[in-house]
Amino acid sequence: MRKIIIADDEHKILMSLEYSFKKNGYDVYIARDGTEVLDFLKTMTPDVILLDIMMPNLDGYSTLEAIKKDIRLKDTKVIFLSAKNNPKDIEKGLEMGADAYVTKPYSIKKLQQQIEEMFE
Amino acid sequence: MSSVALFVVVLLYLALLFLVAHLAEKRKSKRWINNPYIYALSLAVYCTAWTYYGSIGVAATSGLNYLPIYIGPIMIIPAWIYINTRIVRISRINKISSLADFISLRYGNSRSFSAIITIVCLLAIVPYIGLQIKAISETFHLVTETSMSNNILTDNATFVVVLIALFSSYYGTRYVDASEKRLGIISAIALESFLKLFFIIILGVFVIYFVFDGFSDIYEKASKFEDFKEKNTFNGIEGAMNWMVLCMISATAICILPRQFHTAIIENRQEKHIKTAIWFFPLYLLIFTIFIFPIAWGGRLIFDGENVNPEFYSILIPQHFDNTLITVFVFLGGLSSCISMIIISAITLSIMLSNNLIIPYGLLGKFKSDNEVQNTRNITNIRKFSIFALIIMAFVFYKYFILKTSLDSVGLISFVVIAQLAPSFFGAIFWRRGSYKGAVAGLLAGLAICYFGLIIPQYYFSYNQEFKGVIREMYDAFAFFNIPFLSRISQIFFWSIFVNSALFAIISVSVKGNYRERNFAELYVDIDKHIQNHENAFIWRGTAYVSDIRNILERFLGRNKTEQALRIFNLKYNIDSQTETADSRFIKFSENLLAGRIGTASAKILIEGVTKEDKISLKEVLNILEESKENITLNKKLTEQSEELQKLSDDLRTANQNLIIKDRQKDDFLDSVAHELRTPITAIRSAGEILADDDDIPFDIKQEFLNNIITESDRLSEIINDILYLDKLEHGEIALHIKENNILETYKKALNPLLHLIQQKNIHLSEVNLLNHAVLEYDEARMIQLFQNILGNALKFTDDQGTIQTKLSEKEDHLVITVFNTGRHIPEEDLDMIFDKFYQSKNQNILKPTGSGLGLAISKKIVQAHSGRIKAENSGLGVTFTISIPYNITKEIRNEVEQNQ
Repeated sequence: MRKIIIADDEHKILMSLEYSFKKNGYDVYIARDGTEVLDFLKTMTPDVILLDIMMPNLDGYSTLEAIKKDIRLKDTKVIFLSAKNNPKDIEKGLEMGADAYVTKPYSIKKLQQQIEEMFE
Repeated sequence: MSSVALFVVVLLYLALLFLVAHLAEKRKSKRWINNPYIYALSLAVYCTAWTYYGSIGVAATSGLNYLPIYIGPIMIIPAWIYINTRIVRISRINKISSLADFISLRYGNSRSFSAIITIVCLLAIVPYIGLQIKAISETFHLVTETSMSNNILTDNATFVVVLIALFSSYYGTRYVDASEKRLGIISAIALESFLKLFFIIILGVFVIYFVFDGFSDIYEKASKFEDFKEKNTFNGIEGAMNWMVLCMISATAICILPRQFHTAIIENRQEKHIKTAIWFFPLYLLIFTIFIFPIAWGGRLIFDGENVNPEFYSILIPQHFDNTLITVFVFLGGLSSCISMIIISAITLSIMLSNNLIIPYGLLGKFKSDNEVQNTRNITNIRKFSIFALIIMAFVFYKYFILKTSLDSVGLISFVVIAQLAPSFFGAIFWRRGSYKGAVAGLLAGLAICYFGLIIPQYYFSYNQEFKGVIREMYDAFAFFNIPFLSRISQIFFWSIFVNSALFAIISVSVKGNYRERNFAELYVDIDKHIQNHENAFIWRGTAYVSDIRNILERFLGRNKTEQALRIFNLKYNIDSQTETADSRFIKFSENLLAGRIGTASAKILIEGVTKEDKISLKEVLNILEESKENITLNKKLTEQSEELQKLSDDLRTANQNLIIKDRQKDDFLDSVAHELRTPITAIRSAGEILADDDDIPFDIKQEFLNNIITESDRLSEIINDILYLDKLEHGEIALHIKENNILETYKKALNPLLHLIQQKNIHLSEVNLLNHAVLEYDEARMIQLFQNILGNALKFTDDQGTIQTKLSEKEDHLVITVFNTGRHIPEEDLDMIFDKFYQSKNQNILKPTGSGLGLAISKKIVQAHSGRIKAENSGLGVTFTISIPYNITKEIRNEVEQNQ
């Protein structure tokens, strides 16, 4: 069973993602900001992390930086999910080492397909 | 005290002077060079033996007449800031090294005029130097209690004078360029000025507090003298007139005496030093004066009935009380006065003598040698010889002419003679029309009057009585010129200056001047205009070759210095170094280079020797000067225009930068709008996608997704409404409905919908009402919105169980609303920006803002629409928003709105 952490501070967005991934057989962990993501990572190694960029306390970029430093997480896929759709932002996200950058609004179905492809 | 002991003291004292001069020359540190006090103290070379000893004699015998030599300078010195600043500038750009150079250059740089001025200075100053030697000699004998020796070789004064001559010639001729600053000499002079004041203070205190019982004791005892009252009053209008004339004489002298001109002008390093001198030097003179009265009258009380020279009370008093230390101190003070006067006078006169008499009239041909070293040596040798010759002449004068005369009379005669230069001197800087012919005629006439009126009777008659009867008749013939109420010196001063000035003025206005003098007149009178490019203002036309002039320069400056100077010149005027012909600027530049070494007159003669000058009429000169003035005005206009353009270009740059910032703000704004819209759209889309694709979805979850769609759609429409509303507010499309309302009620209306949220967070809410009249005029709907935005914002940032406090008050016809909350502080740099649409703080780009980010922007617009102001401040535990809305302006706005409607 694949483990996924979904980090976003928008409750209503989280709700849809949580429902869909659970339905598709994922073990879903919900985080409201970057610090909660890092808390999860102390005790587990997820397969996928979905990261919003603009979050309180610890933003997506900083969270990714911390993830990249952790050698245990080298196989973990990190995907940015952001409403920032500026090419500069996308470029920055990918340069920092994200495996994909998905802009909001997105299709959950397509997002899941994208993730599946990553593991093939 | 024995002669040998005193001589040793003198030797030690001179050694100290050598040491100070040596150290100053060697260590040209900024502390020495940029010291305005050294400059101001060096001006006190004015106080000579005449001041030091003579004025005590005058105070004791003639009363208040001792004061004018101090009062005169004190009166005119404040004007130095204007007069001397100009002279310093003129002298600097023309490389002027003496008084004769300064005056003669202005009147066409005439060799003969500079020679006449030199002779006048010699005639006035040589006896004056003799006076100093007399004072040294007499005080030496007084202190050692020995009798005067007629044999020069056994007279101790002879040796002292020789030593001074050696000192002056060594340090006075260190630089071949006479316009160079002599730091060594000036530092030694400053030290002497300090010492003479210090010693006279010691003597004054000794006389007042040790010999007598305070100042009042002297006054009380002295006032019993029969002539006391007469000596210490002006003696009616006649006495006052004499006194005033004496003040005028000394006021003129302080500007024109060659030694004063030298220390004040040639040795001035920075113009700002004059500012210090104008208060420091009068203060120095005032302190000096304070002690003259007690010493003079104290002396009279002590030596009443004894046959002693009151001029030497200052030495006789301590000697009378067997106080050798103070006696020697006073002697050294007097020696300082004499030495500094002799040194500076000898140096200045030697420069004049060499540059204006010996070189131009006798030795210019000798400088044909191509050897710069030889020429330089010749010039310094001439000066060394001149210094020696002058001091010897003064010594002879002392031995044969002034042995029997008082210090005071010799000093005053010198002042009157030197004052003859006053009309041409002051005319030089203030009067364009003043001409060479007028100046020379006036000077010679004034000099003649001084001779007949003062010098012949003073010196000649006292030396040779036999001719007295023959010349007496001639004097009687002029008896009708006598002014009965004036003293002899005042009379001669009056007549000589009157005739001198009158001739100067009349001839100058009636005879056309030479073009060169008119050229320099412009340069002198308008110095501030020409100071930057003075070479441009020099008019010369003719044929001259750079190579010829270069040859002359090399003879005096040497090859390297000449090359260096030419490089600077070419660079300054952007001239190609291969240029063969010399223009007027180069002629002036070269004359200046030579002027410091051989004087302006000789420099002109040398340059004239290799150039062929065309005649220029006075009219042409005036035209050229006029053009040059126009050029200056044109240049000024161009500079102004260029400054304006620069300002315009700066403004454009700022405007461009503002546009770039605005453009970025627009991008950021659109970015923020897009981001704000995308978040609810994402929520709606995701919920919709799940509802559409998933048929097995449980009922309660389905219900929740549908609710999400509804609330997020509301949120979306709220953002869109806010944006549109803000846009309308910005474009003034929303009219205000200003009516009388109760502000407390409005506040309650705004607060009610928020109450449950406030309660949910357990926030303590308080209100303070300090309003006298709750009914005010405003648009209620907007005001509700304003309150809700500010309160909503406070609510958002206040932690659970925090506090929100609203205060309503009045201040100077303003309604003041403050809303305080205990939320976290806003970063200081963001305080002004939080009212911007979708304001982006440093972290806002990555930390999600709460709310649409439009509430505060809308609040600001509402406040502005009411002509008010809103600001946010971090205060203590939280943040305070202050809104201030004027009452009267709201009325005006209402009128406007009503009219528009």
